[in-house]
Amino acid sequence: MTDTPILTVENLTIDIPTDTGTLHAVRGIGFDLRPGETLGIVGESGSGKSLTSLALMGLLGRSIKTRAAKMEFDGVDLLRAGARQMRKLRGARMSMIFQEPMTSLNPAYTIGDQLMEAMTLHGNGSMSDARKRAIDLLQKVGITSAESRMSQYPHQLSGGLRQRVMIAMALMCGPDLIIADEPTTALDVTIQAQILRLLVDLQKEFGMAMILITHDLGVVARVADKVAVMYAGELVETGATQEIFDTPSHPYTRGLLRCIPLPGKTARGAELGTIPGIVPSLVGDVSGCAFRTRCAHARPDCRAAIPVQSAPGQGHSFRCISPTGFAEADDTPRTAEATP
Amino acid sequence: MLQFILKRLGLALLVALTVSFISFILLFLSGDPASALAGESATDQDVAAIRELYGFDRPMLVQYASWLFDALRGDFGESYYFRLPVASLLAERLQVTMLLGLCGISFALLTAVPLGVVAAIRPNSMIDRFALFLSVAGQALPSFWFGLILIVAFSIKLQWLPASGTATWKHFIMPTIVLGYYAMPAIMRLTRGGMLEVLSSDYIRTARAKGASEGRVMFKHALRNAIIPVVSLAAVQMGFMLGGSIVVESIFALHGAGYLAWESIARNDLPTVQALILVFSMFYIVFTFLADVLNAWLDPRMRAG
Repeated sequence: MTDTPILTVENLTIDIPTDTGTLHAVRGIGFDLRPGETLGIVGESGSGKSLTSLALMGLLGRSIKTRAAKMEFDGVDLLRAGARQMRKLRGARMSMIFQEPMTSLNPAYTIGDQLMEAMTLHGNGSMSDARKRAIDLLQKVGITSAESRMSQYPHQLSGGLRQRVMIAMALMCGPDLIIADEPTTALDVTIQAQILRLLVDLQKEFGMAMILITHDLGVVARVADKVAVMYAGELVETGATQEIFDTPSHPYTRGLLRCIPLPGKTARGAELGTIPGIVPSLVGDVSGCAFRTRCAHARPDCRAAIPVQSAPGQGHSFRCISPTGFAEADDTPRTAEATP
Repeated sequence: MLQFILKRLGLALLVALTVSFISFILLFLSGDPASALAGESATDQDVAAIRELYGFDRPMLVQYASWLFDALRGDFGESYYFRLPVASLLAERLQVTMLLGLCGISFALLTAVPLGVVAAIRPNSMIDRFALFLSVAGQALPSFWFGLILIVAFSIKLQWLPASGTATWKHFIMPTIVLGYYAMPAIMRLTRGGMLEVLSSDYIRTARAKGASEGRVMFKHALRNAIIPVVSLAAVQMGFMLGGSIVVESIFALHGAGYLAWESIARNDLPTVQALILVFSMFYIVFTFLADVLNAWLDPRMRAG
């Protein structure tokens, strides 16, 4: 692990024009990633995690406006890179694994065709090199009788197998960064753990940096070196995984952690927490803390600009008006359905 | 794949046999062929004589079998009106119709598919609007009217193209446009709709994430999937063009099979009508079969059925 980040994002903003106004889907988030490191981006649906990853890959639609103070991958400015330059990066140096293995493979071509294409279209070797590499990787992702799988079509494979194929495809060119957008969400629980294990093993073996997007804190706890917690398009807390779990500083992070049972932290028989309320609309002017509508400690100041506070531990910071994130106060929600 | 082709081929033959039987029977349902042949002033004896002469007194199945065996050997009998073997009449007329049909479907596909793809890549753009206008107009204009307008414009006013006949390739330009333009709107809209749907699918995003160029994404990954329903539609349109181009053939005085069908029905020319119905339905069956094979090649999921 070297000290120069391979990926740096500063103050990334994504705006989506809609019929009723501009949707401020991602607002001023930033993080960096060193080679070999794993960043877990956590948040609920609509928090902007997938948009962030698509913005990195340059895969957002034309109408979506992406701005940032800095978005750099290994010296390449991703904001100013041309279509051609982005195409050379995509699939070759940064790959992506998607959430929906059932529909992410082209039904008209064989697994082999699609795997080999990922390599040959970048000119990284001949057809026979690509074929060898593809069979090799299929074996590596745990697919038996890899040779005969090459001539099968996606509809002949199960969801778990297809996701393994997607992982193999992402690895064809030996990328430096792999973005996995909820890679296990659509799979059976029994397969989820296998796929996750596989991703982590391969990441170690190939020395790649990884961004793991998930809403599953348990996954993050097992896999990530550091965590970015997103809420409604904002980065509410970021830091090393251990510190986020030991001293969660933002009320939302604490709320999330109360929602999952953690061995040694949640007492047997204790009721799991919920976060009352819903994610606010991000259309039109959005200011202040986005979480204030659901926060137990919300006060008038929360409508103003929110400072970034630093918490104990390296690079551990959170956005809150309170320098402690109200950690000393009682987090119990004030609404009627609050747990006793 | 081979198994699929053989299965489809067997099915096509069965359909062909059924169709031949139905087309044979239908003509008997439309009245007594002997009295129709004999004319209005014929006596009962005349009708009986004609019935015996043409073999209408035999059981229907026997008549069908003998007609079918003759047809399989290429003998469709003799036209009552032209006093010529129907087979040679058909051979002559089908040349014109097949040439016109091929030109028409090629024109339709070559304009509709690219236009549909471009319209889908830029939905609601000027090109999309233009394509929509073209297809609505094509759907709304009756062929006979559009054909006449073309004749007025290009044959009478500008004198660029001949108005009727089949002597040179120039004679086929306007009929091709009229016939092709009739099929174009549906193919165009189906291509556009298919492309729009496919372009928003996950595997297109995967192709882009691989680093595939836009051209590769469009043509290798998207069009192959989007074109599948278009193939089926084009097969039906093609069958229609070969069998139903009566209007176009009449306007431009192209003496093709469609025109012959119309003449023969009007004249109660039974053997010719039977042969034409059989040939036209064979066209449909052949094109549907070819479309099925092509689609199975395009989409491996279809090979199972």
